[in-house]
Amino acid sequence: MTFTQLSAREIAQKVQAGELKVSDMLEASLAQIRAVDGDFGSLDGQPTDPETDKKVHAFISLTEELAHAQAQAVEAKVAKGENAGLLAGVPVSIKDIFALENTVTTAASRMLYNYRAPYTATAVQKLIDAGALIVGKVNLDEFTFGSSNESSAYQPASNNPWNTTYVPGGSSGGSAAAVAAEETPLSLGTDTGGSIRQPAAFCGVVGLKPSYGRVSRYGLIAFASSLDCPGPLARNVEDAALILQVMAGVDERDESSATLPVPNYLEALQQDVRGMRIGLSPDYAGIAYPNHATGEFEVIPVQDEIKQATLDAAEQLARQGAEIIENVPMPHTRYGIPVYFVVSRIEAASNLNRMDGVKYGYTVADARDLQDLYTRTRTEGFGLQPKLRILMGAYLSATSKKVNYYQLASKVRGMIGQDFELAFDPKGAYQLDALLTPTTPTTAFKRAEIFGDSVLMQYADQMTVSVNHAGLPAITVPAGLDKKNLPIGIQFIANHFQEETILRAAYAYEQSTLDAAWRRVRPMALQEVNA
Amino acid sequence: MKEYEIIVGLETHIQLNTETKIFCACKADSWEAEPNTNICPICTGQPGVLPRLNAEAVQKGALLAAAMHAEINPCSIFDRKHYFYPDLPKGFQITQLFEPIGKGGYLDLYMPDGEIKRVRINKMHLEEDAGKTKLEHGQRMVDLNRGGVPLVEMVTEPDLRSGEEAAQYLSQLRELLRWIGVSEADMERGHLRCDANVSIREKGSTAFNTKTEIKNVNSIDSVRQAITQEAKRQIELLESGGKVEQYTLDWDADTGKLSMMRSKEGEADYRYFREPDLQPVILSEEEIEAIKASLPELPYARRRRFVEEYQLSAYDAEVLTSERGLSDYFEEAVALYAKEPKTISNWMMNDMIRLMNDTGKSARDLVLKPTALVEIVKLLDDGKINAATGKSLLVKVEQTGKAPARIVEEEGLGLIADADSLRKQIETVLANAPNEVAAYRGGKETLMGWFVGQIMRATGGKADPKLTREILAELLKE
Repeated sequence: MTFTQLSAREIAQKVQAGELKVSDMLEASLAQIRAVDGDFGSLDGQPTDPETDKKVHAFISLTEELAHAQAQAVEAKVAKGENAGLLAGVPVSIKDIFALENTVTTAASRMLYNYRAPYTATAVQKLIDAGALIVGKVNLDEFTFGSSNESSAYQPASNNPWNTTYVPGGSSGGSAAAVAAEETPLSLGTDTGGSIRQPAAFCGVVGLKPSYGRVSRYGLIAFASSLDCPGPLARNVEDAALILQVMAGVDERDESSATLPVPNYLEALQQDVRGMRIGLSPDYAGIAYPNHATGEFEVIPVQDEIKQATLDAAEQLARQGAEIIENVPMPHTRYGIPVYFVVSRIEAASNLNRMDGVKYGYTVADARDLQDLYTRTRTEGFGLQPKLRILMGAYLSATSKKVNYYQLASKVRGMIGQDFELAFDPKGAYQLDALLTPTTPTTAFKRAEIFGDSVLMQYADQMTVSVNHAGLPAITVPAGLDKKNLPIGIQFIANHFQEETILRAAYAYEQSTLDAAWRRVRPMALQEVNA
Repeated sequence: MKEYEIIVGLETHIQLNTETKIFCACKADSWEAEPNTNICPICTGQPGVLPRLNAEAVQKGALLAAAMHAEINPCSIFDRKHYFYPDLPKGFQITQLFEPIGKGGYLDLYMPDGEIKRVRINKMHLEEDAGKTKLEHGQRMVDLNRGGVPLVEMVTEPDLRSGEEAAQYLSQLRELLRWIGVSEADMERGHLRCDANVSIREKGSTAFNTKTEIKNVNSIDSVRQAITQEAKRQIELLESGGKVEQYTLDWDADTGKLSMMRSKEGEADYRYFREPDLQPVILSEEEIEAIKASLPELPYARRRRFVEEYQLSAYDAEVLTSERGLSDYFEEAVALYAKEPKTISNWMMNDMIRLMNDTGKSARDLVLKPTALVEIVKLLDDGKINAATGKSLLVKVEQTGKAPARIVEEEGLGLIADADSLRKQIETVLANAPNEVAAYRGGKETLMGWFVGQIMRATGGKADPKLTREILAELLKE
């Protein structure tokens, strides 16, 4: 086994024990990146590598100098016998949507191609403080607007390590790809409507979206402020718990961060699932979308193998003593996407207003006047997705509209939240501890297959987005491969700040399937390296 | 010519005198600082930053709401107001539209003719200030020092009826802001900014006609002049068959002229929606009560009380309540020397105000505290010093910080109240003026004043005047 196959927990323990040199760990990670990643995404990037289609392309930039400095600091602490942190010597990649001081933070957009952040995001700083090595920034959909990574202005965008002709999902596609391809054992992503969980599911890794407010948003370049959530992508549940432990907690820079104490997530994993009430809902058996012609909702059932994997997982957990409650109604799930469409577009258009060419980032040099500066900077600096979202957001929030869409959507958002409240109500009819659902309706799709069809891509988020509306924690864990050898993900959802519950359930499921045949299959991109 | 009525509404922006800006830790006050030296990632709108509400701004905003008799909102909410301008780094201003800090309210104007005029408040909310832009060498320069400074925007109903009333409103608002301590209200420094909406109508009509908006009427004189001028223009326009159009006008205080900025067709769409990065501002019933309780007695009430309680003249009461520190000073002094409010008032009105003018200090900042003032007044009343010494003591205490009695002793300023030593000095004076003594004894008793003067000259003014007269009368009788 090479160092890059070690879990974060193992790395930190070995580093602290002096059994693993931090510089060796860092070098192993960088070597793996060199071996599998190929050309990094760049503006107007034209791949030179004939093998480029077989590469992962997770990264936009490396932060080697920083990582080396951090490695030395960790090394020094270990040498002095000091506690070097929960993530001592663990290479971590960061979705290029987080500010990192003196480092170019692009959001995968031309608009910020030269933006050097003057400060560091709280979540990233916490990783650094816990001994992590920040090795680089990974690719994403432009400003996180997408589910495939293809909308990145930094090309080539990431590929799915399991089959590099497939997308890794998005928007944290670079993160999922980097973890799946063993470039870094952990990656920091963000989840606004499923942007951690969907790519994690597509790439066969664990993705955790914490409760809104559990991890500070300070330094995360906002997409939709009331939905955005930083969270980890990891290769196993224990590592997800470990990094959450480091990042969780109140931040005085983020008013929406929760003041609740942070429990010990690693300890929580040790509890079994006996007596845990896990629900299944028919409203997660397919995706409902309104037929444009009739206005009626139509349902496309989830892919058979995914449905089967979900049921198998329920069975596994039942065998371990969990109680499975079927037919839990979640009737407002079908409104998740329309509500998301309103809330996220309006917030996104607003958040993008600051990109005006005046202070930082892309700007036209020869503006005739102020109007010209704004118009051309934003026309040239933004790609298609930001433009679509600005247009839609501006349309939906126009004061001239008879309907206040934002308020209306916020109301329906409350109803989606009520579905969960009823399901988790300790005195209610279902008294669930967790809800078990598929993470995605399908496994990964081929590059260019549905990119551009943004409505369909939107509805694909129906399994994940309700959680963002309600601000709940959810985790996706790998649950097998479909017949194309593409990973399947299942999702556990719990009540507010009950990360322990979903970590326990996910861990129990993971441990019970360690011997499964599908777990021995390696991603295509790794078959030639470290075989 | 028909008779017209002028309709005025004022929109004011009040800079709160908080320690830090409303959403970050930068200092709120950066007057005369070099451009862009009082900024941070938050107030420059860097990608990824979040605002964090300054509790002091909420407290001061709520206190102002209380002072305006407005309802303090127990759950006020911030909204985003979108527009593009280089001095607005986020491309939106964080303000309050749907649930502002204060609802309703009014300010009672005490007009010079004694009438009370109630001006209703249409809206009052908290918001952040923008930065500044200026043209320099053909380039538009942006300074974000002021960006994020807390403001209260306060708009009146169209209740004002003249430039003079508007000037009164602004003047009394400025006094109130300083009085309750929420703003320095220095108009020259932009702490209190004002735009005026002006329209006219035929007397007796209740309709509201097209109004124009005058920007930048940033002094009390400007408000009076600009509104008067604009109303005159509208009346003349109407009288000559013209029609008032919805213009925005700019007031140039230097030339005293109005110029048209732009015609105001169709409001911009600010696409307001709730600021998702800030939590609702919750004020409990107890907190609201505490804010109301912390509201000091307001200037007019105190003025009235001074007249009733201390029998001051209306004029004295007005002067003494022109500034809260001054009126507090007066009351502290009166409390220490309760029997003589009128005496204290006289000292305050004359010598103390002169002292403050000369030193450029406010009552609160004086070294000379009310205790020292009262001590000086008592020394005088007890005949231990004369009036001139009393006045000079004010300055000396202010300069040295020493107690008045100590200065009197150290500098020998006390009156000669020792009968024996005074008698000797008087005898010497009389010995040197045999002719006058003879004349007095011959019946020219008006010379008494001349003798007293001579003795005062001889003693450097330190002779106790009462004792001097007694001894003189005795010696001259012989």
